Amino acid sequence: MKSIREVINEVLHAEMARDEAIVVLGEDVAGGMTTEGAGGFGGAFGFYSGLYERFGSERVIDCPISEASFVGAAVGAAMTGLRPVIDLQFFDFMTVCYDQLANQMAKLRYMTGGQFKLPLVMISLVGAGLRAGAQHSQSLHPPVVALPGLKVVTAADAYDAKGLLSAAIRDDDPVIFLLHKTLLEEKAEVPEEDYQIPFGEARFLAEGDDVTVVATLAMRRKAEAACARLAAEAGIAADLIDPRTLSPLDVEAIAESVEVTGRLLIVDESTPCCGIAQEIASAVAQHCFEWLRAPIRVLSTPFTPVPFSPALEDLYLPTERQIENSVRALLADESASVLR
Amino acid sequence: MSLQASNRPTESEAQVDLLESFRALYRIRHFERLVKREFEQGNIPGFTHLYLGQEAVAVAACAHLDERDYLVSNHRGHGHALARGCDLVAIFAEILGRAGGLCKGKGGSMHLADAVRGFLGCNGIVGAGAPLAVGAALTAKRRGEGGVSVAFLGDGASNEGVVFESLNLAVVLRLPVVFLFENNQYGEATPARYAVGAESIAERAAGFGLKATRFDGTDYLTAHATLGEIIHYVRESGAPACVEADVVRFEGHYVGDSQRYRSKRDVAAAQAERDPVARLEQLILERGVGEADALAAVRAAVEKEVEGAYLTARRQPFPEPAELFRDIYATDVGGPILPRGRSLGQGEVVP
Ligand SMILES: Cc1ncc(C[n+]2csc(CCOP(=O)(O)OP(=O)(O)O)c2C)c(N)n1
Ligand SMILES: [Mg+2]
Repeated sequence: MKSIREVINEVLHAEMARDEAIVVLGEDVAGGMTTEGAGGFGGAFGFYSGLYERFGSERVIDCPISEASFVGAAVGAAMTGLRPVIDLQFFDFMTVCYDQLANQMAKLRYMTGGQFKLPLVMISLVGAGLRAGAQHSQSLHPPVVALPGLKVVTAADAYDAKGLLSAAIRDDDPVIFLLHKTLLEEKAEVPEEDYQIPFGEARFLAEGDDVTVVATLAMRRKAEAACARLAAEAGIAADLIDPRTLSPLDVEAIAESVEVTGRLLIVDESTPCCGIAQEIASAVAQHCFEWLRAPIRVLSTPFTPVPFSPALEDLYLPTERQIENSVRALLADESASVLR
Repeated sequence: MSLQASNRPTESEAQVDLLESFRALYRIRHFERLVKREFEQGNIPGFTHLYLGQEAVAVAACAHLDERDYLVSNHRGHGHALARGCDLVAIFAEILGRAGGLCKGKGGSMHLADAVRGFLGCNGIVGAGAPLAVGAALTAKRRGEGGVSVAFLGDGASNEGVVFESLNLAVVLRLPVVFLFENNQYGEATPARYAVGAESIAERAAGFGLKATRFDGTDYLTAHATLGEIIHYVRESGAPACVEADVVRFEGHYVGDSQRYRSKRDVAAAQAERDPVARLEQLILERGVGEADALAAVRAAVEKEVEGAYLTARRQPFPEPAELFRDIYATDVGGPILPRGRSLGQGEVVP
């Protein structure tokens, strides 16, 4: 059993040993530069432990706290032949380098008629639950999913994290690789050998004909528990789908499930406006309307900033119980059956 | 700073082929005059920013660069692309949005780029080229072949936060990058003397711990010597540097700018006294490097070349519709993978 944090570190070690073009850029990815403790930090979450000691300061590069410049530099380095891995600690900080994401990283290949490849990966954390307050708890994946040119990957367990990060690093396009900060220590069975999970292939965590539940990151973990209970207590069988990559997004797999179940619940932690849940709902409504037996349900956070107080943050986050109740309500809802 | 070049060539000046330099300057000059003319006639789509008055800077910088080096340009980048030796027809075709453009017509005037020449592109976001150049310098440093990267930036860009960050990052990581600020005295309609809080851009950059100098960018030999020295320093030391070139923007910010914020008399005076093309011509005559008819021959040849390239580019087809969907990703795709091959935003639309 290995944690997400452990496999991220292992993949980085293995990939950097395999490919000399890989460099790591970020704040404190080594730590302690110019002191005797140089390298003793390994990134804010330990993803980069031991890399500085093993690969040196030419490849594990501590940057000043200036995200716009080092994210932009990673883009320039990728255009000229390196394969940068960028650490962006908290994805809330994407706002201070959004030009580099939206106008540079996402578009330079297209604007130059395909003259450049941009093989880079940005690793960052999203999500609430750690009482980190409104600027360290957001799920800001929608603004990057909206950008043609970027690929956006999420990993909710160590198995996915290993295969998806390895694939991301080997991919020739810019990949935003998002982890949930409450899941880093979650352990799972992980094969020893090296493997890559292809992008655009949703994962089915449970299979059933009654209802389709789509959930991402921490919400997937809650949905796993909720679906297990629904099966055990009420005999409700759900297709539980984690899209894993949000761009490309495997709507096809979701649609195939909805064709059987006729009922769709989507659970995601971003705000309830312009999010991935809304994107999936819209695609299913446009393309699979005739299969639906009930209106699509979306369970997301409320339209508020993430609150700090534990009492409020617990209220803010969708719970296992809410997922269960949503599934039950969806199954009881026959309002669209007339369409069939 | 002296505006008058001395009449006697120094040793390094003796290396400069003045007539060939004149040809390079005049190629940009005529190119931009043509773009202005055609734009005003409605033959060129989009936004366009002319390099008129700044020709000496790009040509002098590129004279010291080779195939190991990288360049990043800005929205006023036609001159940079020409000086780097990008194909004339392909540049025109790009500006015209044609299939044979440098970027297959998907970039336009503000996004010329040429990978094989290490030209990472013009950029429509003011200041955004600075960190790209820092990254290219990181690659150059890892290659260890003595390559450098040059970011062409304006006086307006010098106030962007990402530029300050990039100056610092380049110093901290000790990367071979030249931040070349072309101070043409304006960012759109706002004078640099208003918007640059410091005495000079170079002086302010020096505060970041870079070697920094300022020179008259309308005098070709001064530009050639100063940029040669700076690029040599960066190549040899591996450390970054900053240069500020004083130039005059002969035209409006973009073609069509009525320039009510600028006195016509000042512009006329600058065009008379600080025209890099005229100054180089004068120097060639004074030094006896060439006669008036030799210069006239160069001008005629360049005009023919440029006009011909434009006509060739205009005969090119526009990109085929499938190009809309190409070059977004290097491998597979992004976005929603919809059932039964339907595509996003296109599903129900019948052309
Ligand atoms: C981030 C950003 N802000 C504003 C603009 C609009 N804009 C385009 S060019 C320009 C002036 C830039 O001035 P300078 O850097 O001096 O370059 P110059 O046009 O004089 O060559 C402005 C404000 C932009 N393109 N990008
Ligand atoms: Mg300017």
